[in-house]
Amino acid sequence: MSQRARNWLLVAPAGAWLLVMLVLPLSVVFVFSFGERAPSGGYVPAFTFEQYLNLPARFAAFKNTLILAPLGTFAALLIAYPLAYQLAVRTSEKWKTMLLVLVIVPFWTSILIRSYAWIFILGGRGIPALLEIVGIEDMRLINTPFAVLVGIVYGYLPLMVFPIYVSLDRLDKRLLEASSDLGAHPLTTFFKVTLPMSISGIATGCMLVFILLMGEFLIPALLGGGKVFFVGNALVDLFLQSRNWAYGSAVAMMLIIIMLVTVTLYMRLISRLNIQRDDASIM
Amino acid sequence: MRIYAICVYVFLYTPIAIIALFSFSAGRSASQFEGFSVKWYGRALDNPFVMDALGNSIFVAFVSATLASILGTLAAVGLQGIRGPSRAVFDAMIYIAVMIPGIVIGIATLIALVTVFDVLNPWLAGIWPDDRQPPALSMGMGSLIAAHTMFTLALVVIIVRARLASLEGALNEASADLYATPFGTFRQITLPLIAPAILAGFLLSFTFSFDDFIIAFFVAGSETTLPIYIFSSIRRGITPEVNAIGTMVMLASLVLLVIAQLILRRGDKRKR
Repeated sequence: MSQRARNWLLVAPAGAWLLVMLVLPLSVVFVFSFGERAPSGGYVPAFTFEQYLNLPARFAAFKNTLILAPLGTFAALLIAYPLAYQLAVRTSEKWKTMLLVLVIVPFWTSILIRSYAWIFILGGRGIPALLEIVGIEDMRLINTPFAVLVGIVYGYLPLMVFPIYVSLDRLDKRLLEASSDLGAHPLTTFFKVTLPMSISGIATGCMLVFILLMGEFLIPALLGGGKVFFVGNALVDLFLQSRNWAYGSAVAMMLIIIMLVTVTLYMRLISRLNIQRDDASIM
Repeated sequence: MRIYAICVYVFLYTPIAIIALFSFSAGRSASQFEGFSVKWYGRALDNPFVMDALGNSIFVAFVSATLASILGTLAAVGLQGIRGPSRAVFDAMIYIAVMIPGIVIGIATLIALVTVFDVLNPWLAGIWPDDRQPPALSMGMGSLIAAHTMFTLALVVIIVRARLASLEGALNEASADLYATPFGTFRQITLPLIAPAILAGFLLSFTFSFDDFIIAFFVAGSETTLPIYIFSSIRRGITPEVNAIGTMVMLASLVLLVIAQLILRRGDKRKR
């Protein structure tokens, strides 16, 4: 058997699996999004744009997702960056790895279990009860956009810290010394040296978190109490409750399209930022 | 700065600590601590629904992680020698598999398989011998294993490929010069070197499958996995029993994660 044939034989099972369990299902969603709902639920073949024209009916879900996903990503970035900086730049080699592992470990345990813990913390007997002791009464936290935001930041913080840590760890610390030796203010050093050098880590972290948030279901379901819902919650409702496959497929297609567009625009922006920096360094 | 870091760690670990703490509460209330007791652990382990869900979760995770490790490793090895458009198509599929939200994978698999089964079942009934009950394909453990294998296979390909890329070609050439067959080279040189990556891929796949809720929610049919059981329990109201299950699940994931790390670490050392 030739080398070529052997390689093909090795790749074929995985390729076939991906075709049947990934490409076929996604194609079905694409096709169904142009179809119609059967009276008893399910799908009737058709070619219509009706489902797409009906998308505004689920406007609230898209609005919530498109507000809270970027907001959550940004909040996670704000909290993650100082921690990643502390770990990468100011922590001794001995402790670095262990402290980083401590950040990542929660991410590999069930997000379902970690999220529902916040039902206790934000619920009536948690933080609101503590606030009452201080004198702030009737503070409602659970089932609000704030609760969902906390859950998001909590759930995806590790994913944000890791890439930023990697980019800051690679940064040559002598650059920071050189900058301060040349009389730059620490803030100037940060904005002119550290931040630009870690932009790739920030970009990776934001992308990972944003992509996962766009498809989020659990956190709004547990902490939003039906009032704060994402596209993911609409999809669960459409496919498991009302069994409106055609419309649900159109919603899913729209979600994928929005993700592709934002991610592409974002990549463009980042690469442009990088090019500008290269120009600056030549000058 | 140091205080800030400590605050973030407190933020990360308080919720986990609270669940673990409440799981030892003796009372019925899930959010008030009423004396130390391990009775909820006993209660959880005696609950046939919990044990059934746990069994399903372990079975699905083990089978899909095994399949993913085998298929993913074979693919990663084969891909080394493939260039051109077919390589690009395969890479694109891996990329899509990890990029697409789990919820979309869940619904897509659900409607595709239900549609395919609707076509296949009458056809199977038609060709089946008259005296036997024809099989009825439906959503269940099989479809769940297939969906999890799809995703974790992509993970294994990524992990093993990174490992293969870091190996030195000289080793393979030396082996070939010494008249080893390509299969001999693979078995005696490449396989031992990528074994840690395969094992790490297996453990990560197992953890992913074991913890996955959203894909299983759509694809598992009438079967219950542990995350599905926990989710529906939370919907009915949290009990200390759920906290006990959660604590045990987190502990199990932690142990697997530490094992995966140790294996990867040891592999790195051996390489040097």
